[in-house]
Amino acid sequence: MNQPVLMTGGINLFKYASPQTFYPLAGRMLPWFGWTAALFCLAGLYVGFFIAPTDHQQGESYRIIFIHVPAAWMSMLIYVVMAFWAIIGLTFNTRLSHMMTSALAPTGALFTFIALWTGALWGKPTWGTWWVWDARLTSELILLFLYFGFMALQAGIDDPRRADRAGAVIAIVGVINVPIIYFSVKWWNTLHQGASVSLTKAPTMATTMLTGMMLMSIAAWLYTIAVGLHRVRSIIIERERQADWIKDMHT
Amino acid sequence: MNWGGWDNFWAMGGYGLFVWGSYGVTLLLLVLEPIALRLRRAAALRQLPPRRFPRE
Repeated sequence: MNQPVLMTGGINLFKYASPQTFYPLAGRMLPWFGWTAALFCLAGLYVGFFIAPTDHQQGESYRIIFIHVPAAWMSMLIYVVMAFWAIIGLTFNTRLSHMMTSALAPTGALFTFIALWTGALWGKPTWGTWWVWDARLTSELILLFLYFGFMALQAGIDDPRRADRAGAVIAIVGVINVPIIYFSVKWWNTLHQGASVSLTKAPTMATTMLTGMMLMSIAAWLYTIAVGLHRVRSIIIERERQADWIKDMHT
Repeated sequence: MNWGGWDNFWAMGGYGLFVWGSYGVTLLLLVLEPIALRLRRAAALRQLPPRRFPRE
């Protein structure tokens, strides 16, 4: 079979683009990501609840930040990664790339829901309301609908190749919403506060609070990689069920 | 951060409902997702068609 060969430092990346090669590799990597995610989560919770001090304005309610911010970051990042795999999939026609896009969507929806849920529970004591239709909250809600739309569309198309392409279009078009979410607090007058952590300014929070948030963010990354690898393996089994290699491995 | 006892810890300075409501639902979802993943994998493996030829 003729394939374009992308050589990087002597490694043929397309070798890993084949489900057959990737399946066992993903299986070996999975437990490492899962267990380190658990370790970082425990460390983050310890710092968040037993080291970080009480906030002088919000009291203890601010401790929701240790899930809210990592979940919100993750909800946006996962969509960007989905768009990335969708572009790779459309460009190189690699099935595994599209499988990666599909594998990440439910976890993206999950983190988006967590960001909205924890935001509501944080908004009530600090703003006096569970929900407000400001630009940040509304664009994050649209993100949740984009994830649902992606999954519904893929579930509704029987031919996997067509489902891949249709999903890729939603992933790529919808990614426009991510910078809108991110910059919404700058572009519009929102009830939601501006960024406490950014690449250009020093963070406006205590170091221990920041440490707890970063540990939880790393845990969220590792968790997402672990569940993503697990789900993509199931998708490979579902799609390659006629292939001999998968039967050799499991029957 | 010294809480001075578990009662104070669970009370979260009067914000217990909001803080534990956030952590509780998150924990529940992060437990359910791996369970759902295992079920999906088990279902996918069950649906593997039998081999047409015996292994050589």
